[in-house]
Amino acid sequence: MKVLVAVKRVVDYNIRPRIKADGSDVDIAGVKMSINPFDEIAIEEALRLKERGVVTEIVAVTIGTAACQDVLRHALAMGADRVILLESDLELQPLGVAKLLKAIVDKEQPGLIILGKQAIDDDAGQTGQMLAALMHAGQGAFASSITVADGEAVVVREVDGGTETVALKLPAVITADLRLNEPRFVKLPNLMMAKKKPIETIAASDLGVNAEPRLKLLKAAEPAERKAGIKVANVAELVSKLREAGAI
Amino acid sequence: MTVLILAEHDGKQIKKATRQAVTAAAAWNAPIHLVVLGHELQAVTAEAAAIAGVSEVICVDAPALAHALAEDVAALLLDLAPKYQVILAPYSAAAKNALPRVAALLDVAMISDVISISAPATYIRPTYAGSVLTTVESSDAVQVLTVRASSFDAAANGPAANIVDHAALAALSSQNQARFVSATHTISDRPELASARVVVTGGRPLETRFDAILNPLAAKLGAAIGATRAAVDAGFAPNDLQVGQTGTVVAPELYIAAGVSGAAQHLAGMKDSKVIVAINLDPDAAIFQVADFGLVADLFEAVPELTAALVAE
Repeated sequence: MKVLVAVKRVVDYNIRPRIKADGSDVDIAGVKMSINPFDEIAIEEALRLKERGVVTEIVAVTIGTAACQDVLRHALAMGADRVILLESDLELQPLGVAKLLKAIVDKEQPGLIILGKQAIDDDAGQTGQMLAALMHAGQGAFASSITVADGEAVVVREVDGGTETVALKLPAVITADLRLNEPRFVKLPNLMMAKKKPIETIAASDLGVNAEPRLKLLKAAEPAERKAGIKVANVAELVSKLREAGAI
Repeated sequence: MTVLILAEHDGKQIKKATRQAVTAAAAWNAPIHLVVLGHELQAVTAEAAAIAGVSEVICVDAPALAHALAEDVAALLLDLAPKYQVILAPYSAAAKNALPRVAALLDVAMISDVISISAPATYIRPTYAGSVLTTVESSDAVQVLTVRASSFDAAANGPAANIVDHAALAALSSQNQARFVSATHTISDRPELASARVVVTGGRPLETRFDAILNPLAAKLGAAIGATRAAVDAGFAPNDLQVGQTGTVVAPELYIAAGVSGAAQHLAGMKDSKVIVAINLDPDAAIFQVADFGLVADLFEAVPELTAALVAE
C-alpha cells in the first residue's frame, strides 16, 4: 500500500514570530523555517507502518515555492521513498491546500493519507478533514494510534474527555496528534544522501484547481501583554491576596 | 439571514460552551437556531430550547448518532445548510473534527478558534500558539467557524424556543466511510476543564505524585485539573487534561499552576485566565511573567499548605 504524507514548511517552533512594522502580517524574512512538527509525526508513522510491512511506498508532498524543498529533503532523510513539490506562489489556505492535495491523491491513488493535525503557524487544523470531505473518504483526526488490517485503518482518536476508536474504510485520511509517536532523529549521512535524491516538481497551476485564498488577512497584532504581577513571600500571603482579589 | 449552531452536549446536558457560542452568534443580529445531534435527547433538547436568544432547536435523534461520527455530522449539517448563512460551533474536539468537512463540502473557507467577531464576516483569531492575533475577513456566502467558548459570556435562559424534530435526517447517517468502534471516557466528578471556574494545573515535577498533590486542592476549590504537555508526555496525567495550544484552552476565574515552567505552548492555553497563580521553585520560570501572584517555593510543601489553609477558610 502506498501512503501519502502531506507536510508544511513553517516558522521553526523555537522562534517567536515577529510582526511586520505595518501590522500587515508576520515577518518571516530571514527566519528559520522547519517542517511542521505534527507533519514530522505523520512521516514517522508512515515509516513505522512501512517497517511493520503494511506500507510499501511513502510519498511526501508539500505545496509552495522552491524554498519548500528543504522540508522534502527532511522527509527523504527520515526515510520517505519519493517526494513531490507542488510549486505555487499563492497564499495557501486550508481549503486550497485540500483541493490541491485531492488532485495529487487522484494521481497517486494512495491507500492512506497522513497529515499533521494542525500547522503551528496558522493553527487552523482543517486541511486533513477538508481533504477527507473532498475525497468522500473517512477521517481519523487527532490520531494517537493507527492499526491497518483487512482494508481498514483502526484509529484511536484524542477527544474531549478521553479517546474514541474508529475504523475507516481505505483510502482514508488520518491526522497525527502528539502522542502518535516520537519522530526519529535524522542522521547526518541520511541528510547528505537526501540532498542527492530527486524532487518531482509539479506546477500547482497545471492541476486545474482553484486554490485562490478565501480569507483576507486584514491585520496581525500582538496580543495585549498581561501586566506583571507580584511575588508573594509565602502561602499565607498568597491566600490573603487571593481573598482580596475575590478569587477564593 | 439565520445562524445555525452545532450544540455541544454530553448526552445528558448542554455544555456551557454551547451557551457561549450563542452569545458569539448574537454578533449577526439574526435568528439563532441550534441543532442537537445524538440519541435520547429529550433533556438536552429541552435545555437547549430554554437558552435566551435561541429561536429554534432542531433535534436529530437516532441510535446511530449516539457516537456521532464526523462523516455523519457533516452530512447532516450539509443537509440543513441551505437555510443558513452562518454555521458555527464551540471550538471542541467534535466541532474541530466535523466543521472543516462541512466547509469543504460547501466550498467555503473555515475560520477556526475565533475569539472575537468584529463585523459580520470579520474575525479575530489567534495564530502561532497565541503569539499573534490575526484579523481575517471572509468573502464566502456561508460563514463556517468555531469560536473559543471562553472568549464569550454564557447565554442565560430565556423564553422557550420552538423544537423541531428532524429524526428523518438520521437516514443520512450511514456514510459507510467510517465505523464507530469504542470510546473511553475519563470518569470524573470534577468540573469540565474547558469551562471550569477554577483550574489547578500541574507540571512534570509532580511526577507520580500528580494526583496525590493536586486532587485535594482541586477538591477544596471545586476545580478542574489540568496538566502541561510535559506532564502528559511523561505519563503522569492523561492527555485530555492537557492545557495549551494543542490541548484545551481555558480561561477560568482562577488558574493555579504548580510546577509549570510556562512554555509558549502552555501559555497560549491559559493566559486569558482572570487570576493566575504560579508556584514554582525556579524564580526565573516564564510562568511568573504572566502570573498575578507568584510563589517561589517547593510545590510539594506549598500546595498541601495552600490546601490546608483553604480548609481553615
